[in-house]
Amino acid sequence: MALRAGVLHRRPRLRLGLLLGPPMLWLGVLYLGSLAALFITSLWSVDAFGGNIERIWTLDNYRDLFTIDVYRTITVRTLLIAAAVTIIDAVLAFPVALYMAKVASPRLQRILVIAVLTPLWASYLVKAYAWRGMFASGGPLDAVGLSPGYGLAATVLTLSYLWLPYMILPMYAGLERLPNSLIEASADLGAGTGTTMRRVVLPVLFPAAVAGSIFTFSLTLGDYIAVKIVGGANQMLGNVVYDSFLTGNNLPFAAAVATIPVAAMLVYLTAVRRTGALDSL
Amino acid sequence: MTRSVLLAFSALVLLFVYAPLALVVLNSFNTSRTFEWPPPGFTTKWWSAAVDSEGARNAIVVSLEVALVATVIALVLGTMAALALQRFRFFGRDTVSLLIILPIALPGVVTGIALANAFLTMFGIELGMLTLVVSHATFCIVTVFNNAIARLRRLGGNLEEASMDLGAGTFRTFWSVTLPMMRSALLAGALLSFALSFDEIIVTTFTAGQGIQTLPIWIYQNLFRPNQAPVVNVVAAALIVLSIVPIWLSQKLAGTDESVAAAR
Repeated sequence: MALRAGVLHRRPRLRLGLLLGPPMLWLGVLYLGSLAALFITSLWSVDAFGGNIERIWTLDNYRDLFTIDVYRTITVRTLLIAAAVTIIDAVLAFPVALYMAKVASPRLQRILVIAVLTPLWASYLVKAYAWRGMFASGGPLDAVGLSPGYGLAATVLTLSYLWLPYMILPMYAGLERLPNSLIEASADLGAGTGTTMRRVVLPVLFPAAVAGSIFTFSLTLGDYIAVKIVGGANQMLGNVVYDSFLTGNNLPFAAAVATIPVAAMLVYLTAVRRTGALDSL
Repeated sequence: MTRSVLLAFSALVLLFVYAPLALVVLNSFNTSRTFEWPPPGFTTKWWSAAVDSEGARNAIVVSLEVALVATVIALVLGTMAALALQRFRFFGRDTVSLLIILPIALPGVVTGIALANAFLTMFGIELGMLTLVVSHATFCIVTVFNNAIARLRRLGGNLEEASMDLGAGTFRTFWSVTLPMMRSALLAGALLSFALSFDEIIVTTFTAGQGIQTLPIWIYQNLFRPNQAPVVNVVAAALIVLSIVPIWLSQKLAGTDESVAAAR
């Protein structure tokens, strides 16, 4: 034991290797390997009868994806929903984050952080289910004539609700780091509320909003449960993946569909890399 | 003026956050099987029906088992990764930290189908308890990692160096110096990981196979059955009330700042 510890002490590289080995085996080999395998599977096909995978290279899955109208519609719809959810969350989160970070007393600040965090712990499914109750015909929103019913509007609202804390928290953290003296200095130098917002608050807020948007965007792209619960008959990309996987018994096609959100996220991450938002994740 | 507008808006957003949850809790006492609004009367009979529901009880046990095993794996791997990244400088360090957040940065369906596909076509393993736990551990690692690395960053390495100078070996130093200082951060990370796994449904639907019913799966499968609606609603209400427990615990463990960092 003493000998082994001594060896480890003298050889930091060995220590690093032993520490990093198991997590890298899990994430680097198993997880990254699975993603690579997913891509490879998307280039295979299934036989017409049993849904058995045939390991013949083909681009048919991708051709279907781009040429069949319904898949194009679903892709565009999913991206639009993700964009709408991200914008709604940013608009809702900003005043709350600003109030929490810059106006509220320290005591109220603590309470608000907890109030925002608590729903993060509540079950995702329960929250989506809660909105099913809100939108139900004969439910509370319907009773005052405000329910859009189950459909795309309900889906966007429910998803915005689900991911809202992911937007509030980075914005709050970003604004908290902004010294109050900067805001006061801006006001002292004659800037109005609008100018201070634009020139002092926004530069801090933007990277935080981008960091939050990675979650709102990615989580929306990958969601298929909320739309099942409140979306009526509408489908998103996740539904196509799940249905092709389970009921359609067509893993290669499901794999091809799943590369769309990955590609969308890669494009998005590359675009936001320049904003420096990734450093604050 | 601006202040009161901000306050009013924040209050509205919080109302938006809590109204649906309050409705679920209220409806769990609604005498109407179809949740008429406003409720015609209040009863506790759905709560006793839910306690007797064998499906829900079994599903809770399965969820607890999965979350427990996944959290133990995540604790070990997340702590190792955090120690490696915080205490060493090496080529590819940024890539490694990106790799750790990847399972939660990528959409759930992608992680789900990628792992299911790997199990089925690459390894030839039937979907079941093993594949479910492995999948959950994969996205739980990051929560432990985040908490552990935040703590390590704050601690610095002085005490460890002192321990080594006084003749303690690598393992002795870890066990007697590093680990005790990390304990509360690891507990907070484990708690978050446990909650994440307990709650997860998307990756679960892909990797659990047909035979295994976690609590979210049970809720989801009974959600659209009208005669099960009141019992599902009670389970949902109970989960909402129970979600106060981990937030309270994590506040105790880590204080507000770290729990904010952990949730991200």
